[in-house]
Amino acid sequence: MNCVNIQAALPSYVDGELDPLRNLEIEQHLQQCAACSQTYKAGQTLQTAIKTGAPYYPAPANLRKRIRSSIRQERKGVPVFAAMPWRWLGLAASVALVAIVVWNVVPRPSGLDTDQLMAEEVVSSHVRSLMASHLVDVSSSDRHVVKPWFVGKLDFSPSVVDLIDHGFPLIGGRLDYLDKRPVAAVVYKRREHVINLFIRPAAHDSDPVRTPVTTQGYHLLFWTQAGMTYVAVSDLNTNELLEFVRLVQTST
Amino acid sequence: MWKAREEPEQHTIVRFEEVMLPHMDAAYNLARWLTRNDHDAEDLAQESYLRAFKFFDSFHGGNARGWLLTIVRNTCYTWLRENRAEELTTSFNEEIHSTEAAPFDPQKLLLLRESTQLLSQALEELPLEFREVLVLRELEGLSYKEIAIITGIPPGTVMSRLARARTRLKQCLSKLINKEG
Repeated sequence: MNCVNIQAALPSYVDGELDPLRNLEIEQHLQQCAACSQTYKAGQTLQTAIKTGAPYYPAPANLRKRIRSSIRQERKGVPVFAAMPWRWLGLAASVALVAIVVWNVVPRPSGLDTDQLMAEEVVSSHVRSLMASHLVDVSSSDRHVVKPWFVGKLDFSPSVVDLIDHGFPLIGGRLDYLDKRPVAAVVYKRREHVINLFIRPAAHDSDPVRTPVTTQGYHLLFWTQAGMTYVAVSDLNTNELLEFVRLVQTST
Repeated sequence: MWKAREEPEQHTIVRFEEVMLPHMDAAYNLARWLTRNDHDAEDLAQESYLRAFKFFDSFHGGNARGWLLTIVRNTCYTWLRENRAEELTTSFNEEIHSTEAAPFDPQKLLLLRESTQLLSQALEELPLEFREVLVLRELEGLSYKEIAIITGIPPGTVMSRLARARTRLKQCLSKLINKEG
């Protein structure tokens, strides 16, 4: 890399936003180039100055008390949202919604609010599809073959996306049952890992990606988008499964 | 799995407080920097918590601080629009005040005894959109991605806005130091 490239990347370097490889390239360049090294030091010094010099205002002592009492008052006065969470979701400010959707893609250690039974049913379906040589009813890597195959078999049209360029080739499609209802199972692969993506109409419009659930060594990700509920299940690691989910979300 | 499970009322409050109250300093600090005023910051932090509680059904885990700060920022902006609309409009006219970057050595700043006061003043003088990215980045230590989500702008824009914010901060500091000098 030349100095122009390095100078452009320096702020991200100072902020720790670069990948290890780029970090290394920049470190090596800084050892040889006095001009870039000086820019780097100035950036770092400014950062230190702000971090150590600018005040961080801690919450005043009585704020906790105010918050706690206002929540309890609110709870007494407005009982509706516990009963109607999705109505509330619909009313929620759009900015808050965007945040909710995005933040929930970040994994957390435990899935408190997930239904273990449903997760087990999904995993059973997934395992069955792997065992009984009945992975797909229609075997094709062409989404223009797989998607039309579902027509007439389901009362909805599941989305089928082409992710081969991202390393998730399409294997085919299958009819399956979950929660006593027919669902579309679209099958993708990552290396030798099979990913079953179950799709069915949702009761509500949107629901963020939930925390990965792990059952019997399989990872599950649930979300709702454009009126459809999706469940991705695989023995693939959660990071790559999340990548897959993001790709499906953006291609759908 | 297909629909949200309802929880007993008391349990929700306890869980909300467990998850969200640890981020009270972050919430207050952001509100304080956006409003530049103790009293308003306290009111807005409280209001933000109340809103967060109302939306808590839709928080399914993950980054609680980021989730809460998004609501704090949103609440503060609504308040600013109603009470200090001029701050929101001036922040978009950054070119009006921008001058050639004066030579400024941050090292000098660290040697000054009043550096804290100068930094505080310079940061407060920055337009809102610059102030908030610097506060989130340097004081809250958030990543570009987290800042992008909180502020609702693309990560690339976070990067360029931070760069402009730093340039403006240096100009501001240099002006203040010369005045003092």
